[in-house]
Amino acid sequence: MDQPENEVLPKLHVPSTALDVPAESFASPAVFNVDGVSIYYGSFRAVAHVSLTIHEHEITAFIGPSGCGKTTVLRTLNRMNDLIPGARMEGSIHYRGAGLYDTAVSPTAVRRRIGMVFQKANPFPKSIYDNVAYGPRINGIRGKGRLDEIVERSLRQAALWDEVKDRLGKSGLGLSGGQAQRLCIARTLAVEPDVVLMDEPCSALDPIATGRIEDLMQEIKAKYTIVIVTHNMQQATRVSDRTAFYSVLRDEKSDTRTGVLVEYDRTVNIFENPKDDRTQAYVTGRIG
Amino acid sequence: MAVTANPGPGQPTVDLREPAGWRRTKNQVATILMWAAFAITLVPLVLVLYTVIQKGASAISWQFLTGGPIPPNVLPLGVGGMGPAVIGTLEITGFAALMAIPLGVLGGVYLNEYGATSWLAKLLAFLSDVMTGVPSIVMGLFIFTIWILHFGYSGVAGAFALACLMLPIVIRSTFEMLRLVPDSLRQGSYALGATKARVTVTVVLPAAIGGIVSGSLLAVARAAGETAPLLFTILTVEATNTNIFSGANTALSTQIFVNATSPYVGAESRAWGSALTLIAIAFILMIIARVVTARFTRYTR
Repeated sequence: MDQPENEVLPKLHVPSTALDVPAESFASPAVFNVDGVSIYYGSFRAVAHVSLTIHEHEITAFIGPSGCGKTTVLRTLNRMNDLIPGARMEGSIHYRGAGLYDTAVSPTAVRRRIGMVFQKANPFPKSIYDNVAYGPRINGIRGKGRLDEIVERSLRQAALWDEVKDRLGKSGLGLSGGQAQRLCIARTLAVEPDVVLMDEPCSALDPIATGRIEDLMQEIKAKYTIVIVTHNMQQATRVSDRTAFYSVLRDEKSDTRTGVLVEYDRTVNIFENPKDDRTQAYVTGRIG
Repeated sequence: MAVTANPGPGQPTVDLREPAGWRRTKNQVATILMWAAFAITLVPLVLVLYTVIQKGASAISWQFLTGGPIPPNVLPLGVGGMGPAVIGTLEITGFAALMAIPLGVLGGVYLNEYGATSWLAKLLAFLSDVMTGVPSIVMGLFIFTIWILHFGYSGVAGAFALACLMLPIVIRSTFEMLRLVPDSLRQGSYALGATKARVTVTVVLPAAIGGIVSGSLLAVARAAGETAPLLFTILTVEATNTNIFSGANTALSTQIFVNATSPYVGAESRAWGSALTLIAIAFILMIIARVVTARFTRYTR
């Protein structure tokens, strides 16, 4: 870690929004309406009958045990699953009222609005500057001044600017794990998406780097809608406004496992007053 | 430096040395084998280089490298020069590279990025591998039949034959290099709204460019030294022909063949000198490859 020695322990993240606001006091407009979605890989049904609504300028967390399909659902939200041969979706997903899987919809147009940060930081083997400028460039933004401005703004948003401003020409692969992940976040923010999907963005990071990314999520959520998959339940309680708990349904006869959405509610309700026994068992740590 | 120590009264002695026994012996045997293999590998490499330099160095002069025409083989060294062959080799190999490298790289891109698991891609990959095993003389005969018989001898015919030879090497090396590009990079690019062509051109190819360049230059070096494909296609004349599109041409490799098979002392020296020149050209190409690769891959670590 390239953290200064005198850095205090990460702050306790108690987002006021998640705990203080009464559950039904307001509901921001829906960004995604997921309705009866089942996702197949070939003939294998990975996820069945998921329905939920994701709200604007909120952080929505997907939690649940491994193999419950939370990442799969996340990847259908910006059509990343299209890249997997044999992946198929049933049901409907509407993004701000438009059918995400309508025939005329271009997956690339979708992904320009709905960005994604991956579990493992994947900076391109290019300079830090070119990493961040990549998205704007492929979207047709030229001109040094314009790009400089976007790169600085994005790196500042991702709380990385001060650490890299003197070495923008150096390789993005030379950064530490936490910095590389923040670079990937900056790269995603550079195209000014509407939604940022995060697939376990902190799973490979230490608590200090995790704390920085969580702070960053709180800062940017005024501008973006965030959906985060996490294995870390403390993280879900710290950052998210709403939480979706997924679980695995095992078919005894055919021995197949299917992910299902068990419960979706405000985070405070999921963790303090869950309606479903399975949620209760999971969040209190009785099942793994 | 004591590796044994007595930590104190009543404590067991600690010994951190590798115990003598089968395990240690195996490690020592393996180490010796590796060094032996390395030394044996060096023998042919060093001997070939030594022999060519020893016999060829005396022939090399500015006159030899640039002068012409190539004299009849009865004449001694010092008359004329190999200039026409140097020019011929550079233009024929250069034109072959110009055809084979772009085509081969695009072929490799198709196989790995676009064809993926389709039967057509599998068939093409298989055929390209088979083509690697085709004897180079067959490439010469092939071009002789479909080109020379209709249009006559020319440098470009030789370039066609060399390109046929280079193509599978470039395809295979590009394909292998692209396979090494982690999928997470492609995904990262897709997630920013890039189209497939964008992902390929702006992320995948730059990430693999170092390997593609060295693979391509290996193919060029290999082609520059090929003799058989040129025997039937350029006719191996004595004068410089800068127009590769018409008229017979010449090359270092075929000149080595012609001169080395003649009994005259002058011809023999010219053959060794040409061999050394060819090795030097390959050497320079490899250095250029290193420099270019280093420039392209400066961000990969």
